[in-house]
Amino acid sequence: MKVTLKVWRQKDAQSPGRFVTYVTPELNPNMSFLEMLDVVNEDLIRRGEEPIAFDHDCREGICGTCSLVINGKPHGPHRGVTTCQTYLRSFKDGDTIVVEPFRARAFPVIRDLIVDRSALDRIMWAGGFISVRTGSAPEANSLPVPKDVAERAMDAAQCIGCGACVAACKNASAMLFVAAKISHLGLLPQGQPERWRRARAMIEQMDREGFGACTVTGSCEAVCPKGISLEFIARMNRDYAVALLKGDSPVRAAAAL
Amino acid sequence: MKTLVCFFTSSVGRKFLMAASGGLLFLFVVAHLLGNLQIFLPPEAINNYARYLQNHPELLWPVRAGLLVLLGVHVWAAVTLTLENRAARPVQYWGRPAPYGASFASRTMMVSGVAVGAFVLYHLLHYTVVVEGLSGTKISLRALKAQHDVYAMMVAGFRVWYVSLLYVVGVGALCWHLAHGLGAMFQSLGLKNRIYGPWLDRLARAVAALIFLGYASIPAAILAGHGRAHLQQVIERIETAPERGTPPAVRTPH
Repeated sequence: MKVTLKVWRQKDAQSPGRFVTYVTPELNPNMSFLEMLDVVNEDLIRRGEEPIAFDHDCREGICGTCSLVINGKPHGPHRGVTTCQTYLRSFKDGDTIVVEPFRARAFPVIRDLIVDRSALDRIMWAGGFISVRTGSAPEANSLPVPKDVAERAMDAAQCIGCGACVAACKNASAMLFVAAKISHLGLLPQGQPERWRRARAMIEQMDREGFGACTVTGSCEAVCPKGISLEFIARMNRDYAVALLKGDSPVRAAAAL
Repeated sequence: MKTLVCFFTSSVGRKFLMAASGGLLFLFVVAHLLGNLQIFLPPEAINNYARYLQNHPELLWPVRAGLLVLLGVHVWAAVTLTLENRAARPVQYWGRPAPYGASFASRTMMVSGVAVGAFVLYHLLHYTVVVEGLSGTKISLRALKAQHDVYAMMVAGFRVWYVSLLYVVGVGALCWHLAHGLGAMFQSLGLKNRIYGPWLDRLARAVAALIFLGYASIPAAILAGHGRAHLQQVIERIETAPERGTPPAVRTPH
């Protein structure tokens, strides 16, 4: 099969970008979307053109590095998968596919389809940690965690930080990501000491990074490759309200570093 | 103190204010509907209710002032957040695809909100301030208001079909806003989880539909003839009572 790609090309954050159309070489329908881009790039290199820059790492759907907005939806047409797990058999021979970077002010384009997602890292630095003594691992049963609580924490911890929630949201809001991280730690006993300060510090960092706010459209949940629930945003809001009313300074969370 | 400022500066804090003010405004929408539905009782009911409110300014004005403050907070939060949300995506996707998985009502809260705002403004000028030029009828609503006959005033106002249509469209916009807003309000306040959350959303849509039916039933019933006899009586009574000073002109001369 062959497809026509309409790809966003941009030299760097300062340069203006534009769409360039490529007709791919012959492809195998069982190739992943990223393998298809590899084939296109080999062809471009052979012709002496600049290859298309795109993010990728594990290629098995667990690292959160691959991105891309494919025909207007982050990570391609399916639910619950990343771009690396999207296969060409999901498209028809001769299709035109529009490929764009995640678009948000907080995610400046580095080159072509690669965006800088370190805003999410800075939110994690603001409070996405617990303070424990390092050293030998504690005895597992010394801190009992009910099974249902552990499972809910794991539901939140599934977030791979890819940023698809930001890319899909009409407001480019990162609240699903932040809510998943706050809930993942806040549900477990180890996360309790910083629970309120964490909520405040991470939300305030999120605002500083220039993400939008939540209007509860549910786009983020619908595109999340890990199916993180909107419920965690409600939980985050609740924790933030308690944090404000308790009056703990968010600065102390950073000082714990 | 510095902490409480966060309610006005942070994104989540302003969502609290938006949700809380929206929730209280919703309570007014329900109370106002219950008051208006008295149109289906004999005329004395709604007229006594209106007279009670007019005779208790100490009750009426604080409520009006409170509503104005709530509306101000709601609109301020909406405008500042919307501007930030727009700024958060300076470059749009190709062909501006509709956001995946988002309901129409959830994507158009600003549109429905502005429509409700315009409708409320018209409604206030029409029935509260009573600007005669806006009513589209030859019957003077001001004269009926002077008689403390809200019942007749409503009947006279809604007998103009395009005014009634405008009201149905206006409350339609309100309920389109509420269909998403009522559920999202609980989400913003953090009062939602996976157990009752889906039911809350269904309930929100059902309540929005009920509010719409309640409000739309009033102009619909009046266009169908409800209250026509009473209006006729009132007009005749005013026109044939010259002994009480100079009565206001009920009908404009032309």
